[in-house]
Amino acid sequence: MRYYDRLIFELSVPGRSGYSLPDSVLAVSPCWTCRPRPGRGGTASAVGSEEIEEFCDPAKFFDSYDSSREILPGLSPAVCRKSPLNLPEVSEPDVVRHYTNLSQMNFGVDTGFYPLGSCTMKYNPKINEEIVPQFNGLHPLQPESTVCGARMILDFMDKALAEITGMSHFTFLPCAGAHGELTGLMLMKEYHVSRGDLARTKVIVPDSAHGTNPASAAVCGFDIVVVKSREDGLVDVDDLRPLLGPDIAGIMMTNPNTLGLFERDIKEIASLVHGCGGLLYYDGANMNPLLGVVRPGDMGFDIMHLNLHKTFSTPHGGGGPGSGPVGVAEHLVPLLGIPRTSGFHGNFGVILRACAYILMLGRENLKMAGPLATLAANYVKESLKDAYKLPIPGVCKHEFVFDGLAEHGDVTTLDVAKRLLDYGFHAPTIYFPLLFHQALMIEPTETESLQTLDAFIDVMHTIAREASEDPELLHSAPHNTPIGRPDETAAARQPILKYSF
Amino acid sequence: MSTFAYFPHTGEDIKVMLERVGLSGLEGLYSDVPPEFIHKGEYDLPSAMSEDQVRRWFEDMASRNTRLKVFAGAGAYDHYTPSVIPYITSRSEFLTAYTPYQCEISQGTLRYIFEWQSMICALTGMDVSNASMYDGPTAAAEAMRMCVACTRKRNTVVASDRLLPHVLEVLQTYARYGGINLLVVEDVREAIAEGSLDLAGVIVPSINRFGIIENHTGLAELVHELGALLVEYCDPSALAVVKTPAEWGADIAVGDGQSLGVPLCYGGPYVGFMACREQWMRKLPGRIVGQTSDAKGRRAFVLTLQAREQHIRREKATSNICSNESLLALWCTVYLSLMGPEGMRKLNALCYESAHYLKEQLLATGKFSDPFEDYPFLKEFALTPLCDVPRLQQALLDAGFFGALQTPEGYVTFCVTERRTREEIDSLVKVIKEAAL
Amino acid sequence: MSKIIEGLLYSESHEWVKVEGDLAVIGVTDFAQAEMGDITYVDLPAEGDAVEAGEEFGALESVKASSELFCPVSGTVAAVNEDLEGAPEKVNEDPYGAWIIKVRMSDPSELDSLLSASAYGEIAK
Repeated sequence: MRYYDRLIFELSVPGRSGYSLPDSVLAVSPCWTCRPRPGRGGTASAVGSEEIEEFCDPAKFFDSYDSSREILPGLSPAVCRKSPLNLPEVSEPDVVRHYTNLSQMNFGVDTGFYPLGSCTMKYNPKINEEIVPQFNGLHPLQPESTVCGARMILDFMDKALAEITGMSHFTFLPCAGAHGELTGLMLMKEYHVSRGDLARTKVIVPDSAHGTNPASAAVCGFDIVVVKSREDGLVDVDDLRPLLGPDIAGIMMTNPNTLGLFERDIKEIASLVHGCGGLLYYDGANMNPLLGVVRPGDMGFDIMHLNLHKTFSTPHGGGGPGSGPVGVAEHLVPLLGIPRTSGFHGNFGVILRACAYILMLGRENLKMAGPLATLAANYVKESLKDAYKLPIPGVCKHEFVFDGLAEHGDVTTLDVAKRLLDYGFHAPTIYFPLLFHQALMIEPTETESLQTLDAFIDVMHTIAREASEDPELLHSAPHNTPIGRPDETAAARQPILKYSF
Repeated sequence: MSTFAYFPHTGEDIKVMLERVGLSGLEGLYSDVPPEFIHKGEYDLPSAMSEDQVRRWFEDMASRNTRLKVFAGAGAYDHYTPSVIPYITSRSEFLTAYTPYQCEISQGTLRYIFEWQSMICALTGMDVSNASMYDGPTAAAEAMRMCVACTRKRNTVVASDRLLPHVLEVLQTYARYGGINLLVVEDVREAIAEGSLDLAGVIVPSINRFGIIENHTGLAELVHELGALLVEYCDPSALAVVKTPAEWGADIAVGDGQSLGVPLCYGGPYVGFMACREQWMRKLPGRIVGQTSDAKGRRAFVLTLQAREQHIRREKATSNICSNESLLALWCTVYLSLMGPEGMRKLNALCYESAHYLKEQLLATGKFSDPFEDYPFLKEFALTPLCDVPRLQQALLDAGFFGALQTPEGYVTFCVTERRTREEIDSLVKVIKEAAL
Repeated sequence: MSKIIEGLLYSESHEWVKVEGDLAVIGVTDFAQAEMGDITYVDLPAEGDAVEAGEEFGALESVKASSELFCPVSGTVAAVNEDLEGAPEKVNEDPYGAWIIKVRMSDPSELDSLLSASAYGEIAK
């Protein structure tokens, strides 16, 4: 990676352009013009060839932004834009080179290993990308009879995800995981309201939960009640019991939880929550280790979401698009279509990619994904627990959490994370979950080879050595990246959020 | 055992790894799972396919769809995608990157988001833009929530019933479950004229669902007098030529970036945008990229103002949004770079010219009348059908066209983008002229 | 060792109170600012807002954290320190000088339940 310090606006030269448009769509004989007619807007009329010249001359019709001219002939000035439009003026080669240069300052799954907890950065297969463009021309409001193929794919995905999760049916409207949570919580609310049970205003969230859980519950108008974790990292059933009552709408659980631990008391938790009239929501962010082994529906969950951009290999795209389909148990199926949480049919293009992944793996490889991911996590954990503090020993699922270096001195988890960048690895998730002060959360996936895992383990050991021999090297890391640690305080105190012309 | 293409592990590798963790088999990894929850047997799913078989499976599915010439809009517009864009967005350094939390190795993503924010501000005239939302309707819903947050204890939002139907549906969903009092009204000015201490915001379209460019003269003043915020829902492509939300005096601008060259793709992925006046910056939901520098003084970009977000503020965050539509923001940023101010203006002129031509031609068939004779429009318009609408729609479908979407009032709408040729427009008119409707 | 000033009253949530007639001048302690690190933004209430003892009236933000401010007394907000809007670092530099709000108290007896400098010193360690 190398430093490239330009913004597209800085390449702009007045008069350059990178577009290719026809001069006029209508400029074939007989020509129609939109010359204003007295008292009316435009009208149609066939005109002679000289007039075609006059009217279809792009230089006349599309004169540049000029305050003395109307921006669009014929359009009432009352609704016309007056201010100049500050977009760059660049040629096509300028654009291609600029964005190619930008891309070279980026790290992706195709560049190297992401040991990133809670984010399941597995390999993004290339066939997934190639099958999408043939669906690009479908308008979302086309009648069903003209989109049979698209509907068949959605039906297949509904059945496949139901089979994999043990739920009954899915809605594909949610565009990301948090959006799925919100949709699922709306269904939870709908369920209680449909039964005339209006007192259930609270949702229980474990203290180890992803930040999106309480945030989604708040957007859905619920109050949040936090249930504590025990020393062993699992939900404290004794702390849960007194929280349950007629005001509880349900509980949101991540299983395995954000420490990578399987909530083994889930059966008791399910029976307690159901016993008080609440529902169980499953946060699918950590579904990967369970692929092929455990189904949320079988554990008693009523509602769940999946992150297709995690478990089902669709690319993260630098933060989206994702897809967060929501599945429900049989008794909630009639409510599934009620919350309309996105515009059309959800992120169809992402669903296509996940579908290709399921077809490629088939039932025999899908059932290997979870165990191989879990094996990789345990292998890395066992290989590093001499140098890093492992607060909760024992078998983990797809991820685990270290509480910083075993012998840290003044070296923080942030220093370790930044030093990893120098060695060509992405950093783990840090300072989450909040249960440990120096949390460092590692998740390898099933698509990383033993050689990659060993290389990572070596580097983590090297960094542990450096921490005692040359801590300054870590405090000031990274050293080999396009930029060093930026001044984030200045960025937040005096925000510069757009280019100033 | 033979390995699967995406799984690098040989039998020997698995043995080595199991030894390290002190287990004799993969089952041991799940010893903490109660046995009754271990899924026994096979998934009822197809067996693994080869890549070629998968390719053919999708080709078969695609062949079951009908490719139509699109004369419909209603929130999804068939604009041309320059070939540069998919080349850039499919670069795996962009495509397979994670959210740019590790800024030192994410300057590519952070820079294009900064460019996107700058371009959204340029189009809307607003001061601050976020890094993107899921789609236009959810951006509108977040704007509704933001009005409530910015006016503290107020809880009523008035929305125009001229907003697109899919936008209204999502607004109503978020309002209903989130406890916001949303009033969908025919006449916004009339609805707020009586005054209300509880009014948090007003949401109006820039171009309404009949394609009409609305005139909002004086509306912002009315709304601000009541201490509320004005939100405008816009088509960003049209903002190159129509009055901007800032020019109308709005506080928040939202809409769908789909019209910036994003393929229709049966409704998604699209990309919502959201921008506001500086005054409301701290209440803006979603990720925001800011400029700063590193220790050596090099210009650097970072995710900033993160204390608003769910991973820090949990239930007190401005929104629950985490993943957004980053790659689509890149898509639109590259589109706007290629088009520039002139391209955007020319594009709108082409749409304007063709749409006005089609409208005149349709009226000339005698099968429609014009309910909005003197109202300005750009690429989409509504007509009153003087014929049987289902038969009209079927005749169009039979001829390979998709248009004449019916509104609840009984109008039919058409949309013409620069992609429709003169021949296509004339042939659509001919179908309608000749069909027995 | 963080600085604690004699003569001020303190809350367990690390706010200080200086009484000026029926006004309570409120800020955060040196301990609180040090715990937060570089403060990037102070979320202030509006003048005239009603506040309740023990309830939130604003927040301090740093790059990676947000911390709510709790009002030690009930009443109405008589003044907010608008200087902090553009210069949040003043809370780091001079926590006892950089007052945040002034509250016109509705129940001065609430002051009795606040901590003295020495009692607060026991907490802020």
